[in-house]
Amino acid sequence: MTRPQRIALYQALAVIVPVLLLEAGCRAGIVKPLTMPAPSAMTVGLVQILASGRMNAAILKTLANVAAAFVSSAIVGIAMGAVIHRIAPVRRLLEPLFSTYYAVPIYGFYPLFIVVFGLGDAPQVLIGFMLAVVGVIVSTLNGLDSVPRVLTKTARVWRMSGVQTALQITLPYAAPHLFTGVKLAAAYSFIGVIGAEFIMSQSGLGYEIRFAFDNLDNGVMYPLILLILIVSVGLNMTLDHWDRRLRARRGAGR
Amino acid sequence: METPHVRMRGVTRVYPTETGSLHALGPVDLDLRKGEFFAVVGPSGCGKSTLLEMIAALAPPSEGAVEFEGKPIGASVPDGVGVVFQENACFPWLNVADNITFGLRRQPLAKDEIARRLDYALTLMGLTDFAAAYPAQLSGGMRQRVCIARTLVTQPRLILLDEPFGALDQQTRLLMGDELLNLWRATGATVLLITHALDEAAMLADRVAVMSSRPGRIIEIIETGWPRDRDSRIVSDPAFGAVTGRLWTLLRDQSLNALGPAH
Repeated sequence: MTRPQRIALYQALAVIVPVLLLEAGCRAGIVKPLTMPAPSAMTVGLVQILASGRMNAAILKTLANVAAAFVSSAIVGIAMGAVIHRIAPVRRLLEPLFSTYYAVPIYGFYPLFIVVFGLGDAPQVLIGFMLAVVGVIVSTLNGLDSVPRVLTKTARVWRMSGVQTALQITLPYAAPHLFTGVKLAAAYSFIGVIGAEFIMSQSGLGYEIRFAFDNLDNGVMYPLILLILIVSVGLNMTLDHWDRRLRARRGAGR
Repeated sequence: METPHVRMRGVTRVYPTETGSLHALGPVDLDLRKGEFFAVVGPSGCGKSTLLEMIAALAPPSEGAVEFEGKPIGASVPDGVGVVFQENACFPWLNVADNITFGLRRQPLAKDEIARRLDYALTLMGLTDFAAAYPAQLSGGMRQRVCIARTLVTQPRLILLDEPFGALDQQTRLLMGDELLNLWRATGATVLLITHALDEAAMLADRVAVMSSRPGRIIEIIETGWPRDRDSRIVSDPAFGAVTGRLWTLLRDQSLNALGPAH
């Protein structure tokens, strides 16, 4: 067995073994059904929920809002990072705020967002966006800082404009850093949107989980938590796979 | 009399500092003949690279005038000028072929012409087997060849080389020097080489300018007298030792000045 195969096996075992132990604990009655159903029961419950289609609207709403928060934070974060990087006084002004940004409890603004934007999806998307965007900006700034001066001089030799230099040289060079920001944005978008649905929304996966929790309905709550886990971990693993390929091509870790 | 390919008159460069100003270069008067291989040597910090950057329009002169093909050099790099830097300037996200054609794809050229120039550059620089490789998979010497090829394919009439072999070992430098001479003969371009290596300048150039310590001025220009079809074997010619010896005689006091009064 090669080293990468061995690592993949250990990674798989790190997930499979705890799940099997939990399954055994549930079946042996060590873990009560009221506390947590067995993983197999959660999986069956999830398949039934998906087959019935009764949660389709909630699933679609949540995924659409997560996608909106993710895409907007990635685009706005990269664009703002590139602009802030070009304007030194703005960067000096904002950088201390970025470093303390995650100390701000964003959810505390949720009532204000409802007052301003109403009870629709906008406040939830905005929470996800606000949690995600600064990570993207900071990653973009770090990436652009790493661009060697010789590459910008090369752009000048080819008489490239500022926008051409950014799109064709500096941002592609900074891509691994940008990707780190994009991965953070994916995670924070899920946290922001589902958390906001959990607190105040009247629809979406977060709301359905809270509703099931309030009614002690483990047959719905745990399958939906499992669904969120599968989607968010699956998305991050996909992004991580592309991140590794990107870095390997550039000789990272050599 | 033939118009110089590059002409510098009374060129100086002064940098503002917190305490006043730093006179880095000049005044410099210099003519480069069309099609010659010209090298500039000088002590560290004498303004060699600044001289090159002013010809490439990457830095404006504080005083004086710089002309390329009889026209004053403005704020942007003149058409027909290619620059190779000392640092690795390959784009790590592009393979060798895409790196080499990056500049070409910005010009209104047919795909066939781009492919023809790419093949020529890959062959000339010995990179044919590495066209699909990424810079991270190449040695330092091969990356520098990619950068030279990227400049070559744009068919510049003036090639500016800023210590292009500075990061390479001695054997690789000699071999890269041979490739550079092949490239110079094949293209007929004027070449300006900035280097701190006296043997490199003596081996490659038709003429070598020796600069003083800061503020850098040209104190002498030496004609090497080599035939056009020379290569690195010229280092074993007794005349080669005489040229490098003459360069060192001129440079020794300047280098001591650059190191400071303790020396």
